[in-house]
Amino acid sequence: MKILVCISKVPDTTTKISFTDNNSKFNEDKVQFIINPYDEWYALVRALELKETLDGTVTVINVGKADNEQIIRKALALGADDAVRVDTDPADAFTVANEIAAYAKPENYDIILTGKETINYNSGVVAGMIAELLDLPYVSLASKLDVDGNNLKIEREIEGMKETLKVAMPCVIGAQKGMAEARIPNMRGILASKTKPVKIIAPITNEIHVQSVSFSLPPEKGAVKLFSPDNVKDLAEALHNEAKVF
Amino acid sequence: MVLVFAELGNGNLKKTSLEVAAYAAELAKNKNTECIAVAIGNANAGELEKLGNCGIKKVLHADDDKLNSVYSKAYSKIITEAAKNNNADTVVLSHNSTGKTIAPRIAIKMNAALLPGVSSLPDGNNFSKTVFSGKATAQLAAKTNTVVITLNPNSFKPHLTSDTASVEKINVSIDAKDFDYEITGTEKESEGMVPLPEAEIVVSGGRGLKGPENWAIVEDLAKVLNATTACSRPVADIGWRPHHEHVGQTGITIKPNLYIAIGISGAIQHLAGVNQSKCIVVINKDPEAPFFKAADYGIVGDAFDVVPKLTEAIKQIKSS
Repeated sequence: MKILVCISKVPDTTTKISFTDNNSKFNEDKVQFIINPYDEWYALVRALELKETLDGTVTVINVGKADNEQIIRKALALGADDAVRVDTDPADAFTVANEIAAYAKPENYDIILTGKETINYNSGVVAGMIAELLDLPYVSLASKLDVDGNNLKIEREIEGMKETLKVAMPCVIGAQKGMAEARIPNMRGILASKTKPVKIIAPITNEIHVQSVSFSLPPEKGAVKLFSPDNVKDLAEALHNEAKVF
Repeated sequence: MVLVFAELGNGNLKKTSLEVAAYAAELAKNKNTECIAVAIGNANAGELEKLGNCGIKKVLHADDDKLNSVYSKAYSKIITEAAKNNNADTVVLSHNSTGKTIAPRIAIKMNAALLPGVSSLPDGNNFSKTVFSGKATAQLAAKTNTVVITLNPNSFKPHLTSDTASVEKINVSIDAKDFDYEITGTEKESEGMVPLPEAEIVVSGGRGLKGPENWAIVEDLAKVLNATTACSRPVADIGWRPHHEHVGQTGITIKPNLYIAIGISGAIQHLAGVNQSKCIVVINKDPEAPFFKAADYGIVGDAFDVVPKLTEAIKQIKSS
């Protein structure tokens, strides 16, 4: 089985967000970067589990410049066999999908896995675009994935509902919580990761569809209005008459 | 021309369908053009006509009982064909599980820019979208003439009129390979509750509740408010509550009118998923809990004492 896992680099979940260059760029100063949690905890770990039980290879792909090497090595330390980095700083989701699809096309992966969305752009559109560009089936928001012959048995968690479905390989899957448990790389994995191959390839296009023009932070909240535990009724009244939320 | 996808569930329009229809109609008005809707699968009598309430004049209906579940290939094919046949340069969907699944395909088919999860009508050419899991907002501009927009649930309130829409059946050419998977089962998770991303009121519990056996106070409060229940990540991770209730940066991001957090300290990852709520109420016995800084209203006190009193007080207001 040949699996491709697409990973993205995002700021650590505890990062305080700020912007530079007249609010047009994310301020990377002192920011710790990690693999997008959905890509790592669920997509990559599940791919590694499948490889361990069914044999096969797991390749990770990332679209980004040389400083993304750190997160690629982490993926290799967790157990991926090799990695590909498309050497460009992607401006939008379309660029990422286009580059990954172009690389994956002649490689004939059985499964292309990625997280349901990144925690910086929260769009969740790259996997669907890759599926369309490669004319493959696409299952989003998968919370469980098992191999059954040439098919995958998948559980999806969608608005208030759990859906089970069967999809034939090759296919593209977007992973969310439930699919696997996060792992920590061990010493052997970390040592092995240093010599695993990372192929660097040139981008195929610089076409972009969406430009991020500017960013802003949410307005500061006013001070909280506190009520005493002895006057809970007043809180109910405030929610009803002042905030008018019920 | 603006084309909007009005999703059906069990033959009825989803709540998000009214939101996107009203949004698309307003967008079309601002661009001095028309807006039509497309619906897929069986519809209950009179249901599609209701899209007129949101400003839609005409609904194209691909009425096929094989299409009562969402198939990403078939749905995106039908919507793209409808857009092409009607010279639509803008396609609008909800940023719900269906929209997230089919919008990327439609955007690629139409060679259109995809503006995912926008939260308001554009300001000039710029659409706003929350990024960094709710910690910031981005202004996005399309670099193409055609665009596909997905609208965040609970972002746009439809102003309903009594107008009705006309419905026109359309033929679709769907074959076996357009069904990219086989749906083998569905199971409702939160019986009788509005799904979290669409909920207007959410009552959420954290570790401060000390154990899963104590959730009745959360559920009672939710019941009186007709709210959906949620939880913090640690609570889902230790198995007190199901994963699908986890709101926060790595769970579900929500945008309700009212969010009540009980026994949740307010870690930055949790706040990221809920800070777009219009009104936040925090009940926590620790006055130093960071959540109070993000709250509109709060009570420093014991949840087991405060929450039942709040439920009772709300019940009284509602019945008066």
